[in-house]
Amino acid sequence: MAEYLTSIDFAGLFTADNIVFFILSAVILVCGFMSVASTKLLRAATYLFFTLFAVAGLYLTLSYEFIAAVQLSVYAGGILVLLIFAIMLVKNLGTDTETISYANKTIAGLSALAGTVFAFITMSKFRFIPSEEANDAAAMVDMEMVGQTLMGTDKYQYLLAFEAVSILLLACIVGSIVIATKSKED
Amino acid sequence: MLEVGGILSWIHEALSSACPEWLTLLIEYVLIGVGFLALYALIALILILLERKICAYYQCRLGPMRAGFWGLLQPLADMFKILMKEIIPLLKNDKFLFFTALFLVIMGSLCTFGALEFSKDLIGIDFNVGVFYVLAVSSLGVLGILLAGWSSNNKYTMIGAMRAGAQLVSYELSSGLSLLAIVILGGTMQLSGLIEAQSETWFLFQSPFTWIAMIIYLIAGHAETNRGPFDLPEAESELTAGYHIEYSGITFGLFYVGEYVNMFTIAGIGTMVFLGGWQPLHIPGADAFNEVMNMIPTWLWFFAKAFALVMLSLWVRWSFPRLRIDQLLHLEWKILMPISLLNMLLMALWVAYF
Repeated sequence: MAEYLTSIDFAGLFTADNIVFFILSAVILVCGFMSVASTKLLRAATYLFFTLFAVAGLYLTLSYEFIAAVQLSVYAGGILVLLIFAIMLVKNLGTDTETISYANKTIAGLSALAGTVFAFITMSKFRFIPSEEANDAAAMVDMEMVGQTLMGTDKYQYLLAFEAVSILLLACIVGSIVIATKSKED
Repeated sequence: MLEVGGILSWIHEALSSACPEWLTLLIEYVLIGVGFLALYALIALILILLERKICAYYQCRLGPMRAGFWGLLQPLADMFKILMKEIIPLLKNDKFLFFTALFLVIMGSLCTFGALEFSKDLIGIDFNVGVFYVLAVSSLGVLGILLAGWSSNNKYTMIGAMRAGAQLVSYELSSGLSLLAIVILGGTMQLSGLIEAQSETWFLFQSPFTWIAMIIYLIAGHAETNRGPFDLPEAESELTAGYHIEYSGITFGLFYVGEYVNMFTIAGIGTMVFLGGWQPLHIPGADAFNEVMNMIPTWLWFFAKAFALVMLSLWVRWSFPRLRIDQLLHLEWKILMPISLLNMLLMALWVAYF
């Protein structure tokens, strides 16, 4: 571990890319922590929004524009709006939540610590250094390729998975309509 | 000739001869940000004057006439008035969410505004997923509206926010689908690529299905700006002012500005996608005519087309009565969405066979 720390070139860390990365990571970490620590449910959802937004920013710094847009439209624009709708429709859910027991807090803290240690050990062992080739490959992904890969039937193309997911979604929509429709006898 | 590209490259050269590369980039990014904010505010001021004047003429009035010639200084007076007004604090609400909501609304609106391409050289961001980016960030504003309605701790704001949520989430669908029809026609999602594909003729004259897509887009886009006849979220006769009742002073002013600039952004995206963006009007074959059209600077073309669409939106706003919530949802889910899905299919067939 000490060897890993000395191997980092600290003076070289302050490039423009890295500074943007540090700012975004700080937003992700702080807002992620706040969304767990906040006792008000709607505030937690708002902090979660900032976390998701900053993750989209991280994708942009890697020039994965498609993934960034997906992140924004699916998570921030879709799932989070749904979440906030649900919180708002339930009476008083936004203001007060149950306090968490001490034992639960301890267990949660310990597992978070274990996760951090695990991540650190993995990083110091395998050295995730970005290679030039990987960066070039990332910059080349365009919409046409994404579309061809999603709708193709060759090797490493995903038409079957795509269609299976769409059938699953259709089943969910029909199911939710069945649940939401009140029969006339009721 | 009258393009801004020369000035921009002159600034770039002057900066890069004086500073190292990173400082040049930093200064340029800050300048671009400040420029966008200034344009954002300026367009809001112009639109406020335009709306007051147009509304007045529709009602056989003169509108503001006293501040400056023909009332031209009225928006400035409005601006200073609203800047000096007191921001009234509420007693029992979530203050953090109350102000975050405002921030989110402005952020969503500004992110979408940044995707506009004002002329051949005035381009803020140009992703290869341009259209998808626009659809993604324009859906952020609804979060702000929902939070504003909830955190004001008032039943009217709550009802307004719920209506706004239902309305925005539904109308996003058909506006997105009609934009996708154009993506099929243009063969790219990049906004500059779409504009480039219209250098011969605009998309409007390339396929009959573009007209259907454009009409649906304009209706859905108009609904997304929460303006009449789709102004249920702020229906003043039922909900006093909807989700922003409790906002006062400049906090209300920012909602107001955001709404106006959203109107312009919708018109601007419509311009880029259907009317050729900054491309001049070209008729294939008529070279002399095309030469004359090329003399007009491209930013003038963009703003002329965008303001023409804004005028259309104002016309609709002051002519139609407000819809009821069930009529609103009926219009979207049973009329506009099936038509736009079918239109997308027909567009794909058109591209494949013509």
